[in-house]
Amino acid sequence: MAVVQDVHGHHDHHPTGIMRWVAATNHKDIGTMYLWFSFSMFLVGGFLAMGIRAELFMPGIQILEPELFNSFTTLHGLIMVFGAIMPAFVGLANWQVPLMVGAPDMAFARMNNWSFWLLPVAGLLLVSSFFVPGGAAAGGWTFYPPLSTQGGIGVDMMIFAIHILGASSIMGAINIITTILNMRAPGMTLMKMPLFVWTWLITAYLLVLAMPVLAGVVTMLLTDRHFGTSFFNAAGGGDPVLFQHIFWFFGHPEVYIMILPAFGIVSEIIPTFARKPLFGYSSMVYATASIAILSCVVWAHHMFTVGMPTVGQLFFMYATMLIAVPTGVKVFNWTATMWRGSMTFETPMLFAIGFIFLFVIGGFSGVICAIVPIDIQVQDTYYVIAHFHYVLVSGALFSIFGAVYYWLPKWTGRMYDEKLGKLHFWLSMIFFNMAFFVQHFLGLAGMPRRIPDYSLQFADFNMISSIGAFGFGLTQLLFLYIVIKCIRSGEKAADKQWEGATTLEWTALPSPAPYHSFETPPVLK
Amino acid sequence: MSSKSVAALVGSITLAFYSGMAFSSKYNFQEPQSVIARDIYDQHIMLLWICLAIFIAVFGVMFYSILKHRKSLGYKAANFHHSTAVEIIWTTIPVLILIAMAWPATKTVIAMKDTSEPDITIKATGYQWLWGYDYLQGEGEGISFYSKLSTPPAQMRNKEPKGENYLLEVDNNLVVPVGKKIRIITTANDVIHAWWVPAFGVKQDAIPGFIRDAWFTAEKPGIYRGNCAELCGKDHGYMPIVVEVMEQDKYAEWVAEKKKATAGVVTTAAVEN
Amino acid sequence: MSQGTGHYYVPAPSKWPIVGSSALFFLGFGAVFTMNKMPVGYWSLAIGFAILIYMLFGWFGEVARESESGKYGAQEDKSFRWGMSWFIFSEVAFFAAFFGALFYMRALSIPWLADAEHDLLWPDFAGGWPTAGPGITEQFTPMGAWGIPAINTFLLLSSGVTVTLAHWALKENRREALKLWLLATIALGVVFLGFQIYEYGHAYADLNLKLTSGAYGSTFFMLTGFHGFHVTIGTIMLIVIYFRCAAGHFKPEHHFGFEGVAWYWHFVDVVWLGLFIFVYLV
Ligand code: HEA
Ligand code: HEA
Ligand code: CUA
Ligand SMILES: [Cu+2]
Repeated sequence: MAVVQDVHGHHDHHPTGIMRWVAATNHKDIGTMYLWFSFSMFLVGGFLAMGIRAELFMPGIQILEPELFNSFTTLHGLIMVFGAIMPAFVGLANWQVPLMVGAPDMAFARMNNWSFWLLPVAGLLLVSSFFVPGGAAAGGWTFYPPLSTQGGIGVDMMIFAIHILGASSIMGAINIITTILNMRAPGMTLMKMPLFVWTWLITAYLLVLAMPVLAGVVTMLLTDRHFGTSFFNAAGGGDPVLFQHIFWFFGHPEVYIMILPAFGIVSEIIPTFARKPLFGYSSMVYATASIAILSCVVWAHHMFTVGMPTVGQLFFMYATMLIAVPTGVKVFNWTATMWRGSMTFETPMLFAIGFIFLFVIGGFSGVICAIVPIDIQVQDTYYVIAHFHYVLVSGALFSIFGAVYYWLPKWTGRMYDEKLGKLHFWLSMIFFNMAFFVQHFLGLAGMPRRIPDYSLQFADFNMISSIGAFGFGLTQLLFLYIVIKCIRSGEKAADKQWEGATTLEWTALPSPAPYHSFETPPVLK
Repeated sequence: MSSKSVAALVGSITLAFYSGMAFSSKYNFQEPQSVIARDIYDQHIMLLWICLAIFIAVFGVMFYSILKHRKSLGYKAANFHHSTAVEIIWTTIPVLILIAMAWPATKTVIAMKDTSEPDITIKATGYQWLWGYDYLQGEGEGISFYSKLSTPPAQMRNKEPKGENYLLEVDNNLVVPVGKKIRIITTANDVIHAWWVPAFGVKQDAIPGFIRDAWFTAEKPGIYRGNCAELCGKDHGYMPIVVEVMEQDKYAEWVAEKKKATAGVVTTAAVEN
Repeated sequence: MSQGTGHYYVPAPSKWPIVGSSALFFLGFGAVFTMNKMPVGYWSLAIGFAILIYMLFGWFGEVARESESGKYGAQEDKSFRWGMSWFIFSEVAFFAAFFGALFYMRALSIPWLADAEHDLLWPDFAGGWPTAGPGITEQFTPMGAWGIPAINTFLLLSSGVTVTLAHWALKENRREALKLWLLATIALGVVFLGFQIYEYGHAYADLNLKLTSGAYGSTFFMLTGFHGFHVTIGTIMLIVIYFRCAAGHFKPEHHFGFEGVAWYWHFVDVVWLGLFIFVYLV
């Protein structure tokens, strides 16, 4: 199969300079833009986190007034979720899905560009909302009404940012699904696809299902704010809790949207460095699908304290606990993949193992949250903060670091500095745990989340946590340095840089992957 | 270090740490003061042990493999990639464990939800940013007052040394008698708040326009402190809940005194909505 | 499934996406400003819409040209089919959120507000449907099902038939019939919209039924409003398709542009049936 490239787009005739990026239709260019955008948003979100941790360093008000503190928390959550983690995964999908299924590009190349270029617009709406009268949204990243009905213009900016982000995600997801379903090389049957591709297929399905629901709920919020509707207002027959139901119907699948691609990445890295095929490939696929399906019926585990009827609480508790089973299958499969392998421990492998280790801790605290009586105590405390930073930072974020180290040689044709990479891993590991492990204790002992100031018994752990967080933040600058150094002056990477790699991008393409790859589809055995 | 000594070290550290958690409230839930809170406490400890066991089993295997099955030791990779039997086993075992976890939890949920036949019913109304209490039924019926943070702003601004109960003190404590079933009805006037006292194992959102309820029976006289547990705006961190549990006779005195003082004053119920 | 022996068309770098993003930039900020009563908002919205329309014409025009010049083969066709199907799926999810809100209010929150427990807060509220809720005193009359809504149901269902007849005509290469049936479909869509606008006027003027009429008003206007918005989009798409047909576009065996619009139209139809049953009828 030959690719027809449009005349002026053919090979080296693509535009250079800024237009190469602005008008890009090449999946690699777009993937690169996604990744850089996501990293810069990570710095912005991280900056806000540093503000939070600085304020919480000691009891008393230090640097942020309570209202501003709430804005920091809110925007930290929103920017990390929608600006950093999700675009990073979409960027990885842009780079890797076509390479791994042997496609020439994404199915809808122009729409791919649009999906990306909507993000800076939304990012601008979010970030600039700090500077409008009344300040940025301060109702938490979950913006429950009636609190978020009260806020000012900043809340509207957030609402429209979410609309735009939603449009971007839906288009991105449709593109990825279509690419996977329609553009695989001959012989690449569904059950031969690399796991990263599988997990993204299922993630994209969740995106198409969940994002429109989010769009719907923010629209209702908008009309409640400005046009006098009563969706979330008891006086009109609505219910503030209705918002929470719809939000979490989106929100819970959303958290799996942020972890399934991570599972995929780890399932690529572990076999490569264990030099042994992935254990239980098909059960991995089924487990991923089960997680996705279950994730649609567990949303109200975020709402155990709203006073649901008993049957509701029990149903959502049982359904939530069930998710531990397919997730456990994954963990066991990874362990079995390592078992009797011939392992080496390059940076990607370190991040993958670190991922499993810490993700399981986060998973356990998730199960503990799922037990209704216990959740009554820990809901809206730092215990929950600890839980989800274990799954999001040492889960999603670590997997992204792993993926970047793993594929950088393929993208740039150069190797990163292995010593520095390992240093990045170990420092991240230490500081991460310092920052977030103690938060379990804070939560258990009764420290609520989203507060700028706390009573005295929480002082020591908060100081430890803040120091860990500063350390973790600084460590991430090292990552930036490593990536830049790799691009500028890394050693030449081999076409098949990793001995144990088996997927197409390593076996069928040179390093760096050419601008247009697979113009003729690769031959699969 | 040999793998054995690493394992021993890690093992003893975790054990020390776990027993630390079980005995010191700094690392664990506050000391429970009601049946429900005690159930929660015990279940949490049980879950911690189960999770620890799974953790050691999984990572024991993984780290053994990491230490032994490495290329640098010349270990050659095997080539197996599935085993239906093993996969069935490790799908069923977690299911059984989960059932073991869910069983006691279910009983506690049902007990928590049973707010019938209270001795005293008190309505707690969340306002931005204080609590209003109305004694609706039982001894003390008709009492109603507001309860607001009493920590001086100078302490928050670091201009004065912080007191012992910094941010956990109010002008009017909620007073209840010991050993009686207290039903708390929650609602709110503006946004969602949550009425939370950890020692009693009670956390219930207070939702504007709606009524929700929860119950507790305090076991010992004393003062128990909690916070608003739902982001409710600027001063969300500054609306604590302080419950003073009294012996029955002291409580009766308090009621009598309170009745005298509030006679003729507009109650919160009248300002409602 | 996977690629055949054909080729896959990868378009050249394109300015349209960034044009679209700048449209959304103006629309986003414009909406924020207008809703907060800042006059610049209207300007911003106007600029945004202008750019958006320019972008839509340019982008879809380019796609239509590529299609007509034979750049799309079977595989591209399949991509479009997948893409459109998933897009419609996302629309279903969007409407599901609003239907969910309606069911929740009717089945849960309103009965709760009316139960004995809540007499503490809303002593006089009896619940039931339609209602404006316990705290809104202004009276309204609900919209009956058997007047305009029934006619509109008939119109939309007929339009589903006419668009299918147009599709058959296209497949048999009867171009005149194709155009005629398309025109009929467009006419039905336009009449539907006309009726709906009339109905809204009637609601505000005679029934005192407004967006602010509590649960009933909120769900009524939001559901029918978003549906009406989708009918508008669908009608515009049909008009575009009509002009493309008139210009000789589409072949009996290759006409996904047409089919995509037809799918969309059927989707809008099905949503209306849901509305007719759950908003008007029961
Ligand atoms: C990537 C994101 C991610 C992931 C993967 C998860 C995974 C899980 N989460 Fe988490 N969660 C969040 C992100 C995530 N969560 C966020 C962001 C919030 C807070 C939102 C907010 O309020 O702001 C949250 C909050 C949250 C709550 C609400 C807490 C509260 O507010 O009171 C609950 C309650 O049930 C919960 C449960 C779970 C469970 C059961 C899992 C499970 O999927 C975990 C499964 C994994 C394991 C269990 C480990 C491996 C398994 C084994 C080794 C097998 C054997 C194990 C057993 C038998 C136990 N999560
Ligand atoms: C999605 C992913 C994600 C990620 C990656 C993170 C990363 C971090 N988060 Fe979190 N967080 C959330 C998602 C995430 N977070 C969510 C959803 C919430 C809930 C919000 C809500 O309640 O509404 C939350 C809430 C939250 C809280 C609770 C706030 C509150 O309740 O008031 C805290 C407090 O410690 C915190 C800390 C951190 C820290 C220290 C990091 C660190 O990992 C960040 C490290 C990165 C950097 C620091 C950037 C890089 C470095 C620089 C920019 C250089 C400058 C460095 C220095 C000055 C040292 N986060
Ligand atoms: Cu009241 Cu938080
Ligand atoms: Cu969840």
